[in-house]
Amino acid sequence: MAMRKGLSPVTLTALAGGIAFLYIPLFLLVIYSFNDSRLVTVWGGWSTRWYQALPQNQALMDAAWVSLKVAAVAATLATILGTLAALALVRAGTFRGRTLFAGLVYAPLVMPEVITGLALLLLFVAIDFDRGFWTVALAHVTFTMCFVAVIVQSRLLTFDHSLEEAALDLGATPLRAFFSVTLPVIFPAVAAGWLLAFTLSLDDLVIANFTAGPGNTTLPMRIYSQVRLGVTPEVNAISTVFIVVITAVVLAASLAMKWQQGKAEGR
Amino acid sequence: MSSEKRSLFARATIAIPFLWLAVFFLLPFLIVFKISLSDDAVAQPPYVPALSFSEGWAALREKLALLDAENYAFVLSDWLYVYSYMQSLLLAGIATAILVLVGYPVAYAIVRSPRGLRPVLLLLVILPFFTSFLIRVYAWIGILSREGLLNQSLLSLGLVSQPLEILSTNIAVVIGMVYSYFPFMVLPLYAVLERMDDSLLEAAADLGATPAQAFWRVTVPVSVPGIVAGALLCFIPAVGEFVIPDLLGGSDTQMIGRTVWNEFAVNRSWSVSSALAILILLVLLVPILIYQRMQLRELESR
Repeated sequence: MAMRKGLSPVTLTALAGGIAFLYIPLFLLVIYSFNDSRLVTVWGGWSTRWYQALPQNQALMDAAWVSLKVAAVAATLATILGTLAALALVRAGTFRGRTLFAGLVYAPLVMPEVITGLALLLLFVAIDFDRGFWTVALAHVTFTMCFVAVIVQSRLLTFDHSLEEAALDLGATPLRAFFSVTLPVIFPAVAAGWLLAFTLSLDDLVIANFTAGPGNTTLPMRIYSQVRLGVTPEVNAISTVFIVVITAVVLAASLAMKWQQGKAEGR
Repeated sequence: MSSEKRSLFARATIAIPFLWLAVFFLLPFLIVFKISLSDDAVAQPPYVPALSFSEGWAALREKLALLDAENYAFVLSDWLYVYSYMQSLLLAGIATAILVLVGYPVAYAIVRSPRGLRPVLLLLVILPFFTSFLIRVYAWIGILSREGLLNQSLLSLGLVSQPLEILSTNIAVVIGMVYSYFPFMVLPLYAVLERMDDSLLEAAADLGATPAQAFWRVTVPVSVPGIVAGALLCFIPAVGEFVIPDLLGGSDTQMIGRTVWNEFAVNRSWSVSSALAILILLVLLVPILIYQRMQLRELESR
């Protein structure tokens, strides 16, 4: 009906206000990373000096490298585990402990990070597992796999089960049916899950703070220790690099998915 | 797929993630619970008793007898800790209420936008969530500080004669929470509003309702599940928030997530921080269970 379609001035204002609220802080952060002045609140003209200084900051570069390695390992394992968990929730029917299982999948999504971090640290201490690269990676797998599970689950719910059954009727093994029928269809969701897991891992400060060993300082830990000393142009510069890279990857991924979808619908 | 003829593959899809979550999520909480009943000690690990199965059952039973609830008694009798819990619930509650008020119009506006534009607008809302949480909180330090951009513009516009003290107060913490959790509120609201049946509003209009009446008596009640889901998705993690109170809060901001961290890293009392964590879980148990039930119902309903 005409009366509720479209945007009224009020809703349009709300939308514009919401988007502005989300983007103005990031926009200002980016602008001030090009500030020539060391005083972050005083504009001293345009300059790229803080970007030129970044590669010389060895501690920062090391931390970035650690973060990328952790995120790649964690996202990959989390995608496998999360996809399996989604299959179990949507496809496996009822099984003993299903409610507990669902609870374990959904709880980490809302669990305060301080608690997850503390709990995982105490586990690693209790089983005498030395803190280092793998403790951070395993901790990240655990909380990011649940996000993957939710994304893949919502795709599986809208996916026509009969395709898979046809493959099984034609004599495919369940494993074969999964790889040749189900996986290609849900692949965009699996890829989106991997991307989300990767960025969540790259971004995590609190859990890494608990579980990282000496010599495995991640990028957020390094940035955090600088931020605690106050706002500095260097932090603005590294933040800008972070924002630009993530934005580019997410935009590219969503365009690729849209293109894929368009191709699938065009068939 | 009936449960009798479940394939090996189907069984693996259950067993592998189940086992993983049992070891890395459930077991750690049992350990936290056990340590919350222990005492601190100058040892490695820094608590007693350290349970171990290698010494046999008798020794284990003896050690289990050493467990007691005195950390809980200590925490609950100390006004600072109780205050810390109250403040966390209060600030997270205020932030969640504001999020509903600002998130709802935005979600509503996205649903009302032309169909082709909706994915773009949704992406615009989600995109900041992908960029670093830490960086987004950090961005507000430069805006809210005494010499920050907000005060500079307010002073130059002549709206205030003195800079406002916002950074290092609880107001800054609430602003940071609203900003950081914004996408978590908009997405569930968008999901319910988008699924809403248009004919409901047509029926309301046919029965003589004005658009405003139709909104309050049809649209808002229909979107209650989205409001609840969004509120829980924001409120539960916000209660235990660490980064926001640490960077934007002041000395009187003693949110519980920060207290747990201080107790652990500064005071090095693992048993007290474990007891604090268990108490947060108890406080959040009801909202977490409601949230899980909603997720599960969503799963079954399709």
